[in-house]
Amino acid sequence: FPQKTKHLTSETCDSNSKHPIGCYEINEDFQEELVIRPLHSGDIYASFQFRTVWETDFMKGNKVSHYRLFPKSLGQVISKFSVRELHISFTQGYWRTMQWGQPFIPSPPGAELWVWFQDSVTDVDATWKELTNVLSGIFCASLNFIDSTNTLQPSASFKPLGIGNETDHRFLRYATLPREIVCTENLTPWKKLLPCGSKAGLAVLLKSEKLFHSSFHSQSVHIRPVCQDRQCKSSSWELRQALNVVFDLHTSGQSKREWSLFKMFSRTLTEACPLASSSKIYIDVTDNPQEEQFELSPATPLLSQAVVLGDRRTFSVYDLTQQVTSSCLVPAGDMLRPLLHAERYVTGYGLQTGEIHTLMYNNHPFRSFPVLLLDSVPWYLRLYIHTLKVISKGKDNNPSYIHYQPSKDRERPHLLEMLLQLPPHSVTEVTVQFERALLKWTEYTPDPNHGFYVGSSVISSLVPSTVAMETNITMEQPLFSSFFPCKEESSYFARVYTEPLLVNLPTPDFSMPYNVICLTCTVVAVGYGSLYNLLTRSFQVEEPNPGLAKRIANVIRRMRGVPPL
Amino acid sequence: MGLLSDPNRRQALINLLTRLNAPICGMPVDWLVKTMQARGLEVFTQSFSRTLPFPDENTERYVVKGTNVYGILRAPRAPRTEALVLSAPCTPGDNNNQAVGLLLGLAHYFRNQVYWAKDIIFLVNEHDLIGMQAWLEGYHHTNVTGMDWSPLQGRGGSIQAALSLELSSDVVTSLDIVLEGLNGQLPNLDLANLFYAFCQKIGVLCTIQGKLQRSDWDSASGYNHAVQTMMLMVMKQASGRPWGDHGLFLRYHIEAATVKGVNSFRHYKTDATTIGRLLEGMYRKLNNLLERLHQSYFFYLLPSLSHFVSIGYYMPAFGLLAVILLLRALDLWVQLSAQPSRTEDGVAGTEQSNPGVLSVLTPLVISHLTGAALYMLPVRFQEVAVEHFPVSETEAVVLTAIAVYTAGLALPHNTHRYPDMGWRVLKLVALLYLAVLLGCTAVINFSLGFILALTLVPAAAYVTPHVPKALSAFFLVALSPACTLLFSVFFFQELQEMPVSFQDGWLLYLSVIAQGMLDHYLYGSLVFPLVALLVYPCWLLFWNILFWK
Repeated sequence: FPQKTKHLTSETCDSNSKHPIGCYEINEDFQEELVIRPLHSGDIYASFQFRTVWETDFMKGNKVSHYRLFPKSLGQVISKFSVRELHISFTQGYWRTMQWGQPFIPSPPGAELWVWFQDSVTDVDATWKELTNVLSGIFCASLNFIDSTNTLQPSASFKPLGIGNETDHRFLRYATLPREIVCTENLTPWKKLLPCGSKAGLAVLLKSEKLFHSSFHSQSVHIRPVCQDRQCKSSSWELRQALNVVFDLHTSGQSKREWSLFKMFSRTLTEACPLASSSKIYIDVTDNPQEEQFELSPATPLLSQAVVLGDRRTFSVYDLTQQVTSSCLVPAGDMLRPLLHAERYVTGYGLQTGEIHTLMYNNHPFRSFPVLLLDSVPWYLRLYIHTLKVISKGKDNNPSYIHYQPSKDRERPHLLEMLLQLPPHSVTEVTVQFERALLKWTEYTPDPNHGFYVGSSVISSLVPSTVAMETNITMEQPLFSSFFPCKEESSYFARVYTEPLLVNLPTPDFSMPYNVICLTCTVVAVGYGSLYNLLTRSFQVEEPNPGLAKRIANVIRRMRGVPPL
Repeated sequence: MGLLSDPNRRQALINLLTRLNAPICGMPVDWLVKTMQARGLEVFTQSFSRTLPFPDENTERYVVKGTNVYGILRAPRAPRTEALVLSAPCTPGDNNNQAVGLLLGLAHYFRNQVYWAKDIIFLVNEHDLIGMQAWLEGYHHTNVTGMDWSPLQGRGGSIQAALSLELSSDVVTSLDIVLEGLNGQLPNLDLANLFYAFCQKIGVLCTIQGKLQRSDWDSASGYNHAVQTMMLMVMKQASGRPWGDHGLFLRYHIEAATVKGVNSFRHYKTDATTIGRLLEGMYRKLNNLLERLHQSYFFYLLPSLSHFVSIGYYMPAFGLLAVILLLRALDLWVQLSAQPSRTEDGVAGTEQSNPGVLSVLTPLVISHLTGAALYMLPVRFQEVAVEHFPVSETEAVVLTAIAVYTAGLALPHNTHRYPDMGWRVLKLVALLYLAVLLGCTAVINFSLGFILALTLVPAAAYVTPHVPKALSAFFLVALSPACTLLFSVFFFQELQEMPVSFQDGWLLYLSVIAQGMLDHYLYGSLVFPLVALLVYPCWLLFWNILFWK
């Protein structure tokens, strides 16, 4: 086992080295990063990313037993279930693309999980089922509700983000739980996966009472194999933990739009995580080159430029070797229209039929670009696929690729994938009609009048970029700009999620069965009781004592040969 | 609840109200957009236009163009699946300025709170019901009535509940809640209960049908008062009109009510702050709901805000009326099946006196064609009528309707081969028809069904060709749907303690007919087509029986 030997060599390295992480530098690496971007709406977007890269091999039944920075719980999951890529996100709230622009790592409301298995897995469905149950335990979430009725195998929308050219979608599983509520109990296990926990480094800021006092909260875990160097001769595993949060300065009741790390997180940073090779804070100052809108204190001389989401942005960088408390004054600016955004809603009234409208906006003035729309609809909304219409600028827009998998009642959902070309400066409307199914009475949730959720549509796209994207993968790039691999210079990959839908199904009045049960029980009790009484009691005709005169008369009659009285 | 306990906020609200009290021409769309944006809402507008089928003389509208302005307060960490609506109609003049001011004040206050779990939509609609109809159709992307509206840009998911606010002055003596919506639909009773509970808690007088609740239930006058309140509700529900802006929400299964501020001559006044606290309380309650309001009744009548008559109590009364029809029909059925055996001796009689069901087809078709004419002609031929007679369009429409209605009475009556049996078959069919019709109406709109049953059932049960003609004809006409409407107009005015003279009553009657038609064309109310296409033809069948030769 060459890998193992290498591992052992690194272990035998001198532990008295000056660098606490010196001897593992080649083998294991941990970086942490916080990006703060004042948004045009006046909100503050804070995005944490923690990356652990480990040069090891979980594949092909290789037993890995020594863990240092990489969390053991996840490592065991990867090797036991032969996972090649795992992406899981928990989100509370909806990312308002219209107001906030694109997030660094997009995620739909609720929980989302997608996994690429290795091609050595024989029974993917069984492995998937087991994996969701294990993850449910690790993240303290209801991922065990993922079953065949909400699992999809998208054919084109979710390609592996790491290395590897295996794209047989039989090994891909995708599921969302739009109803999942994310709270402290999900944050704690997520923080425990970090090498320093929440004891040191940027994770000190992650205090749940502040994080859940925001407009948007999303945390995710992404595991994938990545190249070690530019030549990509050997691979290593990357664990990326991201946490995005948007703070609303309006509701925090401050008349002045002033923010600081302490105001947002009720903590300040004192030191970097000792295990981290880099620990940086980036503050987006692109819209503020001359410091006329806000000023940072303490000021930093360090400026960095990065191309992210098709735009070249300037960041003030703080390396966490010195103490930092920044505070700024941010006035609200104009609304920046993102190039791509989408919305979805249900139309019509009544509880029989309805229509799902998905609107996709291309705000680019002169370029059209392709998008992949992935729609998954639960089986209890029966899609009339013949009513599917795609209209942009008043004309039919024929998709160049359609993958449709009809649902099976109580077994699997509808899956609709389409490749569409969005004309420049246009709205493309996808409509499809559906019928609401009547469920069996045991299939209703405990709160049927709340409605039933339909997960977000996923729109994956190559959006034209205004500046040249960097295509070579280097380790020096900041984390936030290197999540989605970039293949060409002129466009960048963006994923947009629509809002989930809440659909009312025809619901019986559940108080009626209750009454019926009560009534039936009473009737049965009364009826059964009296019937049982009748059946088991033995009846005997009691002969009344005949009178003396009658007895004498009977004796006389018997003597005469006449029947007695 | 801390709304407006802060003197600064109170001052801000007062400033807003004063600003709004300045006369405004039309709706200040730009100002509203700016004000809502300043309060941190996502603001959108929707423009709409609608040409009425004929001019509405009550509100002086013919070609309506307007703009709705709405701001969405996004709930933090909510995935845009549920929303609540607070709306205030903004009318030209300063009728409802206080409501708009209060709405903006509430938006400002709500924006700074952290507890919202559902998006809250603050809607200022122009041209009250027409604007509301445009907004709701735009939100749900339906088009029931052929209105032109621009599509909405922002949405908040499925709307769970809505309140519409109408205030005419900055102080009120009591708050009135209006529940009756389109086609007699009512919101869940829990919404009324919620309103009542908060009024009790805050100490505001609350009324329904403009009538206060009395504590003396047992006394005759107290009972009389409750009956009057309930009768008002029955009359309003039977009309099938939306009695406030909330009425159109009910079609989309959104529980909604209108809250009206009433400023009478009482000493004790309540200011806008208290109404704001009331609304804040109601919205927080609605915000906390996991499911839609569904636990309580959807079918009820209210003799007062704290008492209700459930469907289980009032339906038997209707059932007893409908049973009369069924018993009559059974009687005729027995007579008809017994007849052939009696005439078995006569050889020729068997075939002749056994009229098939087809024989009643002619009167059925004729009466329904008359009904269709009543439905179509008034609006279609208004131009012709205006050219030839010196009347306005509205008058032309109403008078044409009355003319068609009267002409229906004079239509040639059926000539029949079965003088004795024919009318029995026809009456049997008409009775069953009426029973089914009234039954269905009562399920959808109890009040309408009940009022129609009260007038039509005696006539239907009584009429035969053998009763005195002149007296019965008078009796039948007096119980016809048009006369029922006329009596209802007078009765309604009487109940509202605003009795009118016959002259005024007649004018009111004409405008009520026009309103009924407009409700149908503008909002999709079903009362006019129901009466014209089904009830009137059914009544004509009985008219036909009376004049059977």
